[in-house]
Amino acid sequence: MAYVAVKGGERAIDAAHAWLAEERRGDPDVPEIAIAQIGEQLGRAVDRVMAEASCYDPELAALAIKQAQGDLIEAAFLLRAYRTTLPRFAAARPIDTDAMRIRRRISAIYKDLPGGQVLGPTYDYTHRLLDFRLAEGAPAANDPPVASAPQNLVEEDAAAGRMKRVSAILAHEGLIEEDGASDIPSGDLTREPLAFPAGRDLRLQALARGDEGFLLALGYSTQRGWGGTHPFVGEIRVGEVAIEIEPPELGFPIEIGDVTVTECQMVNQFKGSKAVPPQFTRGYGLCFGHGERKAMAMALVDRAMRAEELGEEVTAPAQTIEFVLSHCDNIEATGFVEHLKLPHYVDFQSELETIRRLRREAEAFAAQDQRKAAE
Amino acid sequence: MNFYNFAYLDEQTKRMVRRALLKAVAVPGHQVPFGSREMPLPYGWGTGGIQVTASILGRGDVLKVIDQGADDTTNAVSIRRFFARTAGVATTTRTAEASVIQTRHRIPETALREGQIIVYQVPLPEPLSRLEPSRAAAREMHALGDYGLMHVKLYEDIARLGQVSISYDYPVMVNRRHLMAPSPIPAFDNPKLDQSPALHLFGAGREKRIYAVPPYTEVRSLDFEDHPFRLTRAPQACALCGARSSYLDEIVTDDMGGRMFICSDTDYCQEQRGKAAAA
Repeated sequence: MAYVAVKGGERAIDAAHAWLAEERRGDPDVPEIAIAQIGEQLGRAVDRVMAEASCYDPELAALAIKQAQGDLIEAAFLLRAYRTTLPRFAAARPIDTDAMRIRRRISAIYKDLPGGQVLGPTYDYTHRLLDFRLAEGAPAANDPPVASAPQNLVEEDAAAGRMKRVSAILAHEGLIEEDGASDIPSGDLTREPLAFPAGRDLRLQALARGDEGFLLALGYSTQRGWGGTHPFVGEIRVGEVAIEIEPPELGFPIEIGDVTVTECQMVNQFKGSKAVPPQFTRGYGLCFGHGERKAMAMALVDRAMRAEELGEEVTAPAQTIEFVLSHCDNIEATGFVEHLKLPHYVDFQSELETIRRLRREAEAFAAQDQRKAAE
Repeated sequence: MNFYNFAYLDEQTKRMVRRALLKAVAVPGHQVPFGSREMPLPYGWGTGGIQVTASILGRGDVLKVIDQGADDTTNAVSIRRFFARTAGVATTTRTAEASVIQTRHRIPETALREGQIIVYQVPLPEPLSRLEPSRAAAREMHALGDYGLMHVKLYEDIARLGQVSISYDYPVMVNRRHLMAPSPIPAFDNPKLDQSPALHLFGAGREKRIYAVPPYTEVRSLDFEDHPFRLTRAPQACALCGARSSYLDEIVTDDMGGRMFICSDTDYCQEQRGKAAAA
């Protein structure tokens, strides 16, 4: 019964794992869930796991979710532990989100703009009323008739050409800072340990795989006054982009596949400094899959962490690069928090001895004081 | 929709909200905490405004809902549908015909009249939040009427930039006593609050605050004698109706720098076009 018997720990672990497997399967009279069902019907969970695992593989992410009983951090952990074993044979070229096959594209700063507002599949304007029809396996209240999916409408637009990003429209007037150069090789914190000060490439990488909840809370804190950034959603776009590599022996790029990504460009007010005229600045968010909450939170925190670079006062947690980057990884965080469950007998034993000694000494002092007072 | 009460909220909750509203009207510009509920729309979408509207709506009311001045924006459509579905009240896009107007980020161009109620959706009710993030500390400043921090902010803007850099949610002094966030309406709309014959109610759902500007109340945008409050609007005329005094939206027509300016208040724009056609 004890979780580490003096002997027999091995048997306890085997039994625990058997129990876990049984619990994972649940009532055997209820049909077992298939990976394809998770992939098709729990897509947002799959996307989140791929983002936080930084590994784009919907099938394996679905498997991880099944194996982890829907614990998404555990699932991201499983997928990361798989990712780390993969060989690297090439680095992709920077993705071109102008050429994205758009499913959703909205701007909050212009009512209309070239390419238009494409609402796409969104919960934004649903009313959060439980739809009891879904419980009975019937079509949901808002399910469209099968034939009317407006797929071709969007695809025609996209086929007509590239959809310029809103930042390019603002840049035309010189009202927004320029994009960073994309030809500088970026670092990789999964290969080289993070050191501070960390460049924006590494910060964005850390945020892209960072915990959605943590980034959400930090982004939220900036909105409530703890390191405000005056943000506007310049644009959010969701869709598929091509991944290209350029093998040196070929000398030209080839497409190796598509990934779904969500990109968010925040446009932030900036009053200027001695060196820089007043202009809009950028916060950038990008993540695998359809993850608007994640991409937006990322963009808020990215901009907040640029406070020092832009000559703003650093006062809040979200602006403190080391604080954010050291704590945004949920696999690291869950590991260290949960490791407190492990045996700590040895350390605790030494603590016990120390506290006993301190108490003895305190008692001795108190007795001494009493004697002095009595004299 | 028999599963839900008239206008979604239960009557006990409405009563609680109305009590907060009465207190808010009695102390203009003062933020009254209230037991904000989870709503079937997300925080940030107007849960405060929706709770206020739900609590004041009667069967005879005519509701108008705007977002960014327009009746046809997605969120306005969604909220209007919500009340059409849960309360079955009549809805309109005409400012003059509405008895209750729920708004996000604009005050209609058509002057409001006595008896009308306008309900604002408020993201950040605390005007001092950008200067003092702690709500507890800010509350004390309100109690003491200590608004030096905000005056210093305005002064610093003028000293450094030659002008106040706040262009929306521009702080106002209500009834010469309380500093108030008018919600993120453009500063252009601030003067419409002063001595308005209508009742202005502000609901902040996530921050759990309600406040109000009763009819015929003095509302002053903060400024200095030598740097009076200034309105900002795009200098163009509306490309659709030709209005020169309305607040305009900028619409990007191409990626070569092409722009078009049109009224943000769709009802007003339509009315102007109707007048022009009749003339």
